[in-house]
Amino acid sequence: MKRVEGLGLIDRRTPLNFSFDGKPYQGFAGDTLASALLANGQRIMGRSFKYHRPRSVWGAWFDDPNAIFDIELNGFHEPNCPAATTYLEEGMQARAVNATPNAHSDIKGLLDKFNRFMPAGFYYKTFMWPNWHLFEGFIRNMAGLGRVENVAKSGYISEQHHATCDVLVIGGGAAGLAAARVAAESGRSVILADDHREFGGGLFRQGGLVEGQTPVDWVTEQLSAVTAAGGLVMPLTTAIGVYDHNLVGLVEAHAFGQAPSLHRIRAEQIIMATGAIDRPVTFANNDRPGIIAVDGALEFLARYGVLVGKNIAILSNNSLATPAAEILRTAGAKVRLLDASTGPFTAHGGKSLNAISQGTERIPCDTILASGGLVPLVHLWRHAGGKLSWRADIAAFVPAKGPVGMQAIGAANGTFDLDVSLSEARGENLPKSTYTLRPIQPDLTAKGRQWIDFQHDVTLKDIELAARENYTSVEHLKRYTTLGMASDQGKTSNMAGLAAMATLQGKSIPETGTTTFRPPFVPVPFEVYRGARRGQYFNPLKRLVLEPELRAAGAAMAEYGGSLRPAWFGSGPHEITREAIMARRAAAIFDASTLGKIEVIGPDAAAFLNFIYYNTMATLKPGFIRYGFMLTERGAVYDDGVVARMGENRFIISCSSSHVDGVVARLEAWRQDGNNPDRVFIHDTTPNWPTVTVTGPKAREILESLDLQIDLAPEAFKHMTWREGRFEGAVARVSRVSFSGDTSFEISVPVATATALWQAALAAGKPLGAGPAGVEALSILRAEKGYLIIGKDTDGDTMPHDLGFSIPRQKKTADFVGDRSLHTENANRADRKQLVGLMAPPGAAALPTGAHLVEVTLGKRRSIGYVTSSYHSPTLGHPIALALIEGGAARMGEDLTVWHMGKQSAAQVTSPCFYDPEGAALHA
Amino acid sequence: MLLGSVVYITYLDASPLIVPHWQDHMTNKYSAFSLFRESLRGHKGWQPAWRSPKPQAEYDVVIIGGGGQGLATAYYLAKNNGIKRVAVLEKGWLGGGNTGRNTTTIRSNYFHPESVALYEFSLNLYENLSRELNYNVMFSQRGLMTLIHSEPDLEMANRTVNAMQLNGIDATIISRAEVQKRAPVLNFRDDARYPIHGAVWQGRAGTARHDAVAWGYARAADRLGVDIIQNCEVTGLLTEGGICKGVETNQGTIRAARVGSAVAGNSSVVADMAGYKLPIQSYALQAFVSEPLKPIMNTVALSPATGTYFCQSDKGGVVIGGALDRVPSYGQRGNLPMQEDVLSGLLEMAPALANVKLLRHWAGIVDVTPDSSPVIGPTPLPGFFLNGGWGTGGFKAIPAGGTIFAHLLATGTHHEISQPFDPSRFTSGRLVDEGAASGIAH
Amino acid sequence: MQRFPCPFCGPRDEREFHFAGEAGKIRPTPSAAQSDTDWATYLYEAQNPRGPSREIWVHTPCQEYFIMTRDTVSMEVLGTEQLRKETL
Repeated sequence: MKRVEGLGLIDRRTPLNFSFDGKPYQGFAGDTLASALLANGQRIMGRSFKYHRPRSVWGAWFDDPNAIFDIELNGFHEPNCPAATTYLEEGMQARAVNATPNAHSDIKGLLDKFNRFMPAGFYYKTFMWPNWHLFEGFIRNMAGLGRVENVAKSGYISEQHHATCDVLVIGGGAAGLAAARVAAESGRSVILADDHREFGGGLFRQGGLVEGQTPVDWVTEQLSAVTAAGGLVMPLTTAIGVYDHNLVGLVEAHAFGQAPSLHRIRAEQIIMATGAIDRPVTFANNDRPGIIAVDGALEFLARYGVLVGKNIAILSNNSLATPAAEILRTAGAKVRLLDASTGPFTAHGGKSLNAISQGTERIPCDTILASGGLVPLVHLWRHAGGKLSWRADIAAFVPAKGPVGMQAIGAANGTFDLDVSLSEARGENLPKSTYTLRPIQPDLTAKGRQWIDFQHDVTLKDIELAARENYTSVEHLKRYTTLGMASDQGKTSNMAGLAAMATLQGKSIPETGTTTFRPPFVPVPFEVYRGARRGQYFNPLKRLVLEPELRAAGAAMAEYGGSLRPAWFGSGPHEITREAIMARRAAAIFDASTLGKIEVIGPDAAAFLNFIYYNTMATLKPGFIRYGFMLTERGAVYDDGVVARMGENRFIISCSSSHVDGVVARLEAWRQDGNNPDRVFIHDTTPNWPTVTVTGPKAREILESLDLQIDLAPEAFKHMTWREGRFEGAVARVSRVSFSGDTSFEISVPVATATALWQAALAAGKPLGAGPAGVEALSILRAEKGYLIIGKDTDGDTMPHDLGFSIPRQKKTADFVGDRSLHTENANRADRKQLVGLMAPPGAAALPTGAHLVEVTLGKRRSIGYVTSSYHSPTLGHPIALALIEGGAARMGEDLTVWHMGKQSAAQVTSPCFYDPEGAALHA
Repeated sequence: MLLGSVVYITYLDASPLIVPHWQDHMTNKYSAFSLFRESLRGHKGWQPAWRSPKPQAEYDVVIIGGGGQGLATAYYLAKNNGIKRVAVLEKGWLGGGNTGRNTTTIRSNYFHPESVALYEFSLNLYENLSRELNYNVMFSQRGLMTLIHSEPDLEMANRTVNAMQLNGIDATIISRAEVQKRAPVLNFRDDARYPIHGAVWQGRAGTARHDAVAWGYARAADRLGVDIIQNCEVTGLLTEGGICKGVETNQGTIRAARVGSAVAGNSSVVADMAGYKLPIQSYALQAFVSEPLKPIMNTVALSPATGTYFCQSDKGGVVIGGALDRVPSYGQRGNLPMQEDVLSGLLEMAPALANVKLLRHWAGIVDVTPDSSPVIGPTPLPGFFLNGGWGTGGFKAIPAGGTIFAHLLATGTHHEISQPFDPSRFTSGRLVDEGAASGIAH
Repeated sequence: MQRFPCPFCGPRDEREFHFAGEAGKIRPTPSAAQSDTDWATYLYEAQNPRGPSREIWVHTPCQEYFIMTRDTVSMEVLGTEQLRKETL
């Protein structure tokens, strides 16, 4: 192994220092870790997964399954980096994964001596007694590759880009470049992507001139032509998957430690020019360090100026061996050609190679280059649902019936000659192909282990075992032996594995089948799929218009149903009690802006709402407000809220804060599917009308000082009515509704007026002992009154009659959503869970929310319901709770056993309304 | 001779398999000893895990679908119900549907007693399954934690854990510190979008090797005489006088006294052959696995807020699952939006994994019922029975599903555990809806 | 990432859409007169076809519901129609 002067695309003026397994080395800018190590004479770069066999690179790019490193640079650690695709950077510290202490001398290498005891799937046959868990820890520690550091990667953020184009060319080799140029020059928008730093694909390794130019000059000319015609070229960019409707995911690599970018490109036409890779040859000891793919060795020479050996044997079955030998000889190696189709061969050596033998003939060599023929990279074709067909002349699967808008050219299409490839890319008549191949199949009688999957240590014997045990379907073979499930996802092993199974069964490869190709094409960091969907942007919260004012008033903000709202005001949760008492004694001022304000307008609006609501809404008079339930068609309560009638044809629905989007969607669904959408309109005005609620005995006094130009006298402005007033010149909608049980007014104003309203309300309240309150205090107030929160005090099966609202079920004649479901066997069950109140004995603490009520039948404890809300009521001076209990309405006064995490206590069933049951405060 | 009897009984208990005489020269039983012996003779003596028989003209029971549910049904029909003339027809390869595509979580932490009865029965069977089948299904009881992110989450966790404990399930609530001890890779930052308050913990929950479950049942069923026929696609049902009398397949007509459908992802298609509709919508459910890593996660963690769960396989891959794709599909491939959602969710849960690499992702087709509980029972076509609608949760129920479906096929009547899952519940309205009661996902 | 054609906004990313149910399912009226079985059929039974499927979708940004016919295996979009033809 040495550098050859004058060859390669590396920058020899820029040396880079790095270390591998603790030893310092030097490479050049443009090297990969693999090429730099080879140039330093360091061949052993890793250990296999199962037997810890010493391994070097097989391929020079993503087709290498052997050299996997954990890398650290400037404090950033990344596991499982392929040495062959990681470009070298100054200061990189690389370690081989799965080797202790290092790849060169791994103590677990001893395992290889016991390989006969660990055939494919051996773990299915043992470790059963006493149980698997006893052995699992040991196995798990043995398995796995890289190590993860448990630290968040700050700044590691994947940029996300979107683009469209007429033609996306994937692969910047000869065919891709030619196709991109033709497309761009014909006026179509073109994006050309290649995963290397330099475009050119396999051109550099093929040695000769391209259409009279050096490969570098030819590539430069094509790229200039593409960009001159408006095309976009993207180096270091790998297509990882083709998704539905011609969407391609491409990942653009950056410097080490920087997250790759994701490009989602929607193309009218996708041209797959992804090339081909060498299929390994199955022969004894074929996993030894120094056995390298023919095209891999040529890549190391052409791109990095590294000659992989001095005394090389080429073991190939195809016509590309001769030109390869010529190139290697020119670079200074001694080369001997061997015909892989004549078999059986054996490699000799351990950590270094010393010979290859065939029968009695022993050929000394330090390197073996192997090729069992080129295998087109058809992964993206299969992602898109394209079919494959078998071409016996090249012994490979090639793209057949294609997905709409996708085309394969060049080596990816089984076209391995440069001139044929260029003609194919340009849509010209095809010259005759010169690529020839002699079929090979593994020799089942050969002595010694023959590797099929290098990383996973799947040998021919494992395939034989799978066949013997009838795991013969390709997928069973793969899953039983783990063939093709390594980091390279079978790129190197699938064809050899299929050939082995075909031989064992006396079938052809196409009869044996082909495996599934699953994205991504190469492993990509999870971060690539995340981008901006992180932290607070993962699921953004809705924010209140008044948030600055609320914070200024000391609000502790918390998430409630997707909105950021004040939990309480002041220094801690103890303020909740203070706020609840203040609300009952004076008044509390809430930001209630999240309550829905959905307008329903049109000549059919009244009939529409009558259908949407469980309660009769058609009879509601303008100026009045009615409470009601929306049900699902299955009869369960979906939302509760109030409806205000603004006029003959205009209503406003005030639904629960967290249900606004859901209610709008269901209103629209019924409006458009089942009604005449020209006669009723839905308009969600929730964000346009911030709401300030004032509740408590002093609420009216506070409103009076706001000068709303409304007669606020109790007899003039009754509970469950609304009025339109003015505040500072703007419209103010004032509803007299209550979620606390005291006199309450909800004032909604346009956004521009909200701050002034909030400040005016606080100023008016202060001398009266009133002030701001948060959601937690309101939750206590409403529970004292027995007002429920849907989803907390109800579950997905709760029907309105379980909540004490059974009149429409019995009397309403018009159809409404969910109506028929209120009369099924389930709806009529006597043991339905009904909402009741619970009182703990005097002096007891509040019941835990989520505690169950139990009864003992036949010696077995059985749940009959659970506590849904529970608080200590500062106003009443004792705990209160709401619960859903089987047949609860008939249990008034009953003493029940409460059960929580193994502890029992007592409670008595009561009415859910603990505060002002006569409603004097509400109507005051 | 008392000692002899005890040994005999123990042997029977440990190994329900019958060894036919013609297999004497080959290695049939799996054990450390037989593995050692075969290792010394080049593993030449292992016999096929199952035969590849040609279909016979007639069986007592034909089961459509060679996934975990179908194979387990065949095994239990032979073992529990004494019905041995059984065929399992698989259109592709055994375990190639959802059994071989799922993320293998096994748990019984459910809310409704009906669900608990089913999934706890299944978990109990899993605990002894490797020995019962003489095939290591690698059931690893590493525990499952459902994260609690907020005060309302905790209240709901109280409700569900109390229900579980009352139903005899080993569920508890563990503290944030305990979560951190068990799964240090999770996100314990105070500014996390979904901070961790604690978790609902079921210690007996775990994972198993999905393929091994299918293969173990297939091998054990085969040993009991069941014919497992791969690449045998059912193209129609054979009916005579309005009664199902068998199936038409690409390998010819096969008659049967009773036919069972256990075709996750195709239940509606097979029901169409029987001429009726099911309360099922089919969706793709995706799964993801990373490159192998040294151990970093020793349990299964699920976050309801991110909709994501993950664990680490014995091989070292981080195995990730999430919610259904939102587009009804039979496509067996995932779509990008849900990949983004699930993997973003994963990184909210475990930010240290940001530069761990996704190795592959795939999808299975799940049949989702309105209450996300399975549909098991007779159908409008006499002689034809259904086991389906498992949604995303069929794998964990394979041993129980097999037992109760075998009972149904053998007797024509429900096992007490499957009674609540009869399709008649959609008419009575008595759904078994875990999501509605407690937000529990399947 | 699929691309669905909103009849009003044109082709858009699938993230903007929600599946709202199969097309052609009409709520039986008067609901009170329905048998348990007929009501259950309306509520729960699904065509769930493997292949071409006529479905109702909503484009959430514009809130319009429409009928889309798609192939549930190939994911090919075969056409869209306005919903109102169905209901009027």
